[in-house]
Amino acid sequence: MVGAACALYAARAGLAVAVVDRGPVAGGTTGAGEGNLLVSDKEPGPELDLALLSGRLWADLAEERAEAIEYEAKGGVVVAPTPESLAALEAFAAGQRTAGVLTEPVATDQLHDLEPYLAPGLAGAVHYPQDTQVMPALAAAHLLRASGARLLTGRTVTEVLRARDGSVRGVRTDRGDLYAPAVVNAAGTWGAEVASLAGVTLPVLPRRGFVLVTEPLPRRVRHKVYAADYVADVASDSAALQTSPVVEGTAAGPILIGASRERVGFDRSFSLPVVRELAEGATRLFPFLSQVRALRTYLGFRPYLPDHLPAIGPDPRAPGLFHACGHEGAGIGLSTGTGQLIAQVLAGRTPDLDLAPFRPDRFSEEAA
Amino acid sequence: MTDGRHHLAVIGAGPAGLAASLAAAARGIHVTLIDSAAAAGGQFYRRPASGLGARRPRALHHQWRTWERLERGLAEHLEAGTIRHLTDHHVWLVERTEPTIAGAGVGAGASADAGDGDGDGDGDGDGDGDGDGDGEEAEAEPGATRHGATRHGASATHTVPAVPVGDPGFTVHALLGPLQERSVAVRADAVLLATGGYEKVLPFPGWTLPGVVTAGGAQAMLKGGLVVPGRTAVVVGTGPLLLPVATGLAAAGVEVAALVESVDPRRLLRGAGTLAAQPGKVAEGARYAAQLLRHRVPFIHLHTVVEAHGEERLEAVTVAALDPDGRVRPGTERRIPCDTLAVGHGMIPHTDLAEALGCRIDGSKVDVDEEQRTDVPGVWAAGETTGIGGAALSLAEGHLAGWSIAARLSGAEPDARAATRAVKSRTRMRSFAAALDAVYAPPAHWSDQVTDDTVVCRCEEVTGGRIREAVADLGAGDVRTVKLLTRAGMGWCQGRICEPAVAGLVGCEQTPARRLLARPVPLGVLARAGTDDDRTPGAGLPPIPR
Ligand SMILES: Cc1cc2nc3c(=O)[nH]c(=O)nc-3n(C[C@H](O)[C@H](O)[C@H](O)COP(=O)(O)OP(=O)(O)OC[C@H]3O[C@@H](n4cnc5c(N)ncnc54)[C@H](O)[C@@H]3O)c2cc1C
Ligand SMILES: Cc1cc2nc3c(=O)[nH]c(=O)nc-3n(C[C@H](O)[C@H](O)[C@H](O)COP(=O)(O)OP(=O)(O)OC[C@H]3O[C@@H](n4cnc5c(N)ncnc54)[C@H](O)[C@@H]3O)c2cc1C
Repeated sequence: MVGAACALYAARAGLAVAVVDRGPVAGGTTGAGEGNLLVSDKEPGPELDLALLSGRLWADLAEERAEAIEYEAKGGVVVAPTPESLAALEAFAAGQRTAGVLTEPVATDQLHDLEPYLAPGLAGAVHYPQDTQVMPALAAAHLLRASGARLLTGRTVTEVLRARDGSVRGVRTDRGDLYAPAVVNAAGTWGAEVASLAGVTLPVLPRRGFVLVTEPLPRRVRHKVYAADYVADVASDSAALQTSPVVEGTAAGPILIGASRERVGFDRSFSLPVVRELAEGATRLFPFLSQVRALRTYLGFRPYLPDHLPAIGPDPRAPGLFHACGHEGAGIGLSTGTGQLIAQVLAGRTPDLDLAPFRPDRFSEEAA
Repeated sequence: MTDGRHHLAVIGAGPAGLAASLAAAARGIHVTLIDSAAAAGGQFYRRPASGLGARRPRALHHQWRTWERLERGLAEHLEAGTIRHLTDHHVWLVERTEPTIAGAGVGAGASADAGDGDGDGDGDGDGDGDGDGDGEEAEAEPGATRHGATRHGASATHTVPAVPVGDPGFTVHALLGPLQERSVAVRADAVLLATGGYEKVLPFPGWTLPGVVTAGGAQAMLKGGLVVPGRTAVVVGTGPLLLPVATGLAAAGVEVAALVESVDPRRLLRGAGTLAAQPGKVAEGARYAAQLLRHRVPFIHLHTVVEAHGEERLEAVTVAALDPDGRVRPGTERRIPCDTLAVGHGMIPHTDLAEALGCRIDGSKVDVDEEQRTDVPGVWAAGETTGIGGAALSLAEGHLAGWSIAARLSGAEPDARAATRAVKSRTRMRSFAAALDAVYAPPAHWSDQVTDDTVVCRCEEVTGGRIREAVADLGAGDVRTVKLLTRAGMGWCQGRICEPAVAGLVGCEQTPARRLLARPVPLGVLARAGTDDDRTPGAGLPPIPR
């Protein structure tokens, strides 16, 4: 997804672009996650700024192709089960408001007007109209097509070619070399490997997530609904399992329930305890889901960096190398802003946001 | 465990699962045989529901005797309590869990150690059925075994002792049919996956019309006593299963207007070496050929189906001749009126339970060693889940799995001498299956028949045109990407039906999707699975709002 967005905005900036992937389009984490574009889960700071920028860009892109990419500006509803969690949620929302996020408190008695099938007895909620969603694989494929970039799938990058002065001059792939004065590392969870091909370190690691998908239903869940403890999980450093149910309906009918967060390396085996917690959390929020069937479950590996911010921008250690990876659980949403920023620096313009917090060389060697 | 025995869960009560259960139980293992069907037998020995007034089994042919032997063996073990048979149990997940020590046992009351109920080696021939077909002639025997051990719920969760070989324990999660709203859990020291395969059907215009059924569907209609004599059927596709289906329909009084096979089965004769080693299979083939003649079923080879016609339901089918490249020869189309069209293009192994366990999959089948072990300790697989090869091969593999499991669970090497016959039989049947595989295949250009408005994924109603678009315009080059971009394969069947068709349209390998849930599971069940509340699922749930 991130590579597709970089290609689109770079092409729009007038650059000739080739996209290389060892797999097919959306074959990485993009094809294994969900497509929430959330502002609601982000505290004020660089990530929220990137999310707000990205949200505007998505809205622009959706003008011509909302249906093709299944863009839906449905809004998010964060519910608080208890008065304490409601107080914490409202304080959090107040901070977000000052950073430009639209938030609307929802009293208990209005909650069921917004979401009729929510469980009774919840303390309250906050409505975030700027939360939207796309279908990630469709979005990646359509952005790539719109970019007009040369698409080279089924090709693995095996080396980043450097000139004698250390500057990057292209990549070697298993099917030939490609020359270019600039190389963007948008390899997501495998961003560390690609960085190391250029001789630099970038400590991207996998964080596993499961998603549950139900049978198709008529629309009963109208927003993205999740419990307030989710906010705490996203910024968590704990390696232990944490799940919070984000429940949402999709245009196609099935309800998606996700997503768990665990650091277990690239372990692809099924974990009943994890999936059980997803189901448990979702049925707690929406009791009717107890009788709805899960048709499938899938898993993916989010690309995360130790401080939970992506790496975006030029790498001073390897002139000509740019990074656009490590977006963890928000790479779909943040892809447009990332692509725009990368295109701006590639074209030598001032980026819309200060890239300092996203500097790829901000980690010490031990972190890597 | 209170009785100090090892527990094996066998999933699938077809030829493989039955043979394994008997072999393991005869060697002192406690077996829980779990199957989604109402009775044992699997695809092959599926019998008409009793009470449908089915005819008596036909002449005492060898395969029927094999079945009777299996059935008798099962009855004895059920009686002795060494095998427990859970019918109508749809397994949705096999979970690796740490073994726990305490707890009540499976099949309480198991006392007699029916040490040699099933014979030890393979002298019982269950690894050797020489397949003379006609499984569909089987019928329910009055007074035949009725397993008394179908206890739902109460005995749901069992705990087992640590296994000497240090393997982890397993929990088998199954939904109770037919509603599949409640789930039970069965603990075991070892698991045998014997879930067989499912039918492959490739799409063509009109294939979604009522009246078009799979070959197995036609077979099931026969066995379920639902076939109405006086109908006209056409059987099309490829593979050895079309023969028993056509002869079965004809024998039941259906007029079979044609059996349309896309290859020339006489090519099999070129592999004469393999055939010579298969007197049973040759006889089986010859018998079907004779029956086709007797019922005057025209056998049309090197032809393929082009389109099924009809307004509300099937009225006719157009078939056409194939050229040597596997393309339809223009001008050879002929229209055959019919009201039933049975279609089959072979079988595909079920691999879902193995995938969730993390077993290695080799192409589209579960990978096993010479003892039928998967690469996950404690998990064996046998029968068509490890490769399609017919009932006799499944029997041999099942027998070997049971033999291996019994030894390995008690920490011993299995005794090779006791298995020579089953090993030989397996080798022979596998080479025969390979010979069949080399001959039977859908026409190379079958997908030419799929028009842009032919529905390919029935669950999500995705057409051939949309799949071609995803390939041409959006850069899809494999089944998974097509699925992500078109939703083909995301519906109820999770791509089991359309995966081979999508692969054909894309022109790529058919690598099966990872299906971690073998059955759709209510979230309420999932939310409690494997916990102490697991035994009272469904209680007090609110109704689904409409
Ligand atoms: C369960 C789950 C739920 C999620 N939910 C959301 C959500 O709701 N909203 C959201 O915004 N995000 C979500 N995410 C996160 C999101 O999916 C990722 O952040 C995003 O997909 C990352 O995109 P990417 O383009 O950086 O990486 P990828 O999509 O992984 O793309 C990287 C590509 O690089 C290729 N590559 C790697 N190495 C090489 C090489 N050597 N040569 C050639 N190619 C190579 C790979 O093949 C891959 O296609 C979720 C993730 C998971 C796992
Ligand atoms: C139409 C047709 C005609 C045939 N004719 C012949 C013939 O003439 N000669 C011949 O040799 N072979 C024939 N066969 C093939 C033969 O039926 C198979 O080779 C044989 O049944 C395979 O045995 P198995 O034990 O491997 O699997 P199966 O017999 O397929 O048994 C698998 C069992 O597992 C159960 N199961 C699967 N998944 C689950 C789950 N998740 N939970 C619980 N239970 C599950 C199924 O209900 C089934 O009972 C025919 C098959 C068909 C479809």
